[in-house]
Amino acid sequence: MTAALELQGLCKQFGQLKVTQDVSLTLEKGVRHALIGPNGAGKSTLVHQITGLISPSRGRVLLNGADITDLSPEKRVKLGLARTFQINSLFNRLTVAENIGLAISAREGRDGRLFSSITQSPELMDEAAALLHSLGLLDLADRVISDLAYGQRRLIEIALALALKPSVLLLDEPVAGVPSTEGARLFDLLERLPQDVAVLVIEHDMDLVFRFAQRITVLVEGAVLVEGSVKEVRADPRVRAVYLGERHHG
Amino acid sequence: MTTQSDAHRVVQAFRRQRYNLADLALVLAAALTLLFGEYYLALAAFVVIMAIFALSLDLAQGYGGIESLGHAAFFGVGAYAAALYALHFSSEPVSGLLVAAVAAGVVGLVSGFAVLRTQGLTQLMLTLAIATLLYELANVAKAITNGDDGLSGYDVAPVFGLFQFDIYGYTGFVYAFVVLVLVYALLKKLVNSSIGQTAQGIRENQTRMRMLGVPVERRLWVLYTISAALAGVAGGLSAQINRIVGLDSLAFTLSANVVVMLALGGTGRLYGALFGAILFVVLSDRAAAIDPTNWLAVLGVVLILIVRYAPDGLAGFVARWSAKRGQK
Repeated sequence: MTAALELQGLCKQFGQLKVTQDVSLTLEKGVRHALIGPNGAGKSTLVHQITGLISPSRGRVLLNGADITDLSPEKRVKLGLARTFQINSLFNRLTVAENIGLAISAREGRDGRLFSSITQSPELMDEAAALLHSLGLLDLADRVISDLAYGQRRLIEIALALALKPSVLLLDEPVAGVPSTEGARLFDLLERLPQDVAVLVIEHDMDLVFRFAQRITVLVEGAVLVEGSVKEVRADPRVRAVYLGERHHG
Repeated sequence: MTTQSDAHRVVQAFRRQRYNLADLALVLAAALTLLFGEYYLALAAFVVIMAIFALSLDLAQGYGGIESLGHAAFFGVGAYAAALYALHFSSEPVSGLLVAAVAAGVVGLVSGFAVLRTQGLTQLMLTLAIATLLYELANVAKAITNGDDGLSGYDVAPVFGLFQFDIYGYTGFVYAFVVLVLVYALLKKLVNSSIGQTAQGIRENQTRMRMLGVPVERRLWVLYTISAALAGVAGGLSAQINRIVGLDSLAFTLSANVVVMLALGGTGRLYGALFGAILFVVLSDRAAAIDPTNWLAVLGVVLILIVRYAPDGLAGFVARWSAKRGQK
């Protein structure tokens, strides 16, 4: 079986600074994989290389077996790679429905149509309604994003990526900044993500990581320190020293 | 479970630019002008031309978020194209307008290649530079444009062979108004369709649009080209109705004026462009009649008041007012 996402020996250097050092990573179809590491470990740079904002100095990125190393971010999305942002990146003056509509019409390749709108397609409107319903946001469909609570925006952040029906989903700190009172719905959503989607979650919240992930990669100083199952990683003394230890003592 | 009514709710949550009372009022105003304002028809035609021009800018700026201080480039190219067409090929006006639209559209297409790679202040400066370049080009190419003196002495045949342009300006006004209605209808259709939504998405958050897989530059390019072509139509109308095209049709003042019109009327709502054009032209005309030396100051004061008390322009003010009424 071809992996959903495969990184082969990625290296990225800015001058003498090695931000990514020979990182290899394989996400099988449908896996829940967490990427953790202390601040400055190069998690963001790695994500940028996957999404195509930065091109690696060496190494390849494969999506469902196809080499996407030299493709633009837009083309990668078209091939099934979606991401969410650590800081909400929504269309603030548009309504919730319009936000979802943008993602759906982009996926359908209808975003450039001059004389028709996806509102004319009953199937796509049903789909949007179902998505909003599953997030408990249908009642807010006609509200503009800037009127919503932070936790609700966080849900829409993920909904936009889901509307693209990706095969690989990158979640960049999905619960960052969400108060625990609003977190339940978000955790619930994360656990109900489509089974066939491979998910790579970058997260600081260890509770979420241990609950959600099947496999964990620990990144330290741009290189993979450990990769393994949750159990293996939890038990690894190096991880405890570098990462978990700091947290527990701090 | 979702039901049909859920989908209906989602459809309702897409805000559309519908035809409303403001549109009806504007049509009425045009009819009244035609009936009772016979001495003001030339001015009214100018209002209509500026309204089309401001609408074209609203598509690029209000919807697509493309900043322009050089939109006169397209107005001027359209005007010169229509005049040259009338002078050398045919005096038929409708085909002349099409030529104006195509010429300006091509300039938009080509210059968009550079302009749309930039954003913000850089973009503003680039549009300004392109307009200035064209201005100087028209100034130098005297053999074609007649330089400072401007192009004149061309004939414009009756519209559809039926309606002769008269010295009172009846035909000119009605002709321009019909074109305005068509342009307005086209824009309503465009902004309510996918490209209109996409444009707003790009205006709000370009990065996210890319991450939804949207080819942002290509979409903006289409938008900018259409905007340029419509500005060219406005220029073409001006050339046909006024029977003269001068360098001022490419000048910075015109580019700046249309930005002010849009600021007064409000961006991203289409009818704001109409309000803005009316307010700007009528106010300038009246103020200049009263005080020929200091009339610009009046515009300045109005602009300050609008920016201070109605930052979304007149249209934004009206929208907020009617939203409040709707809640009661």
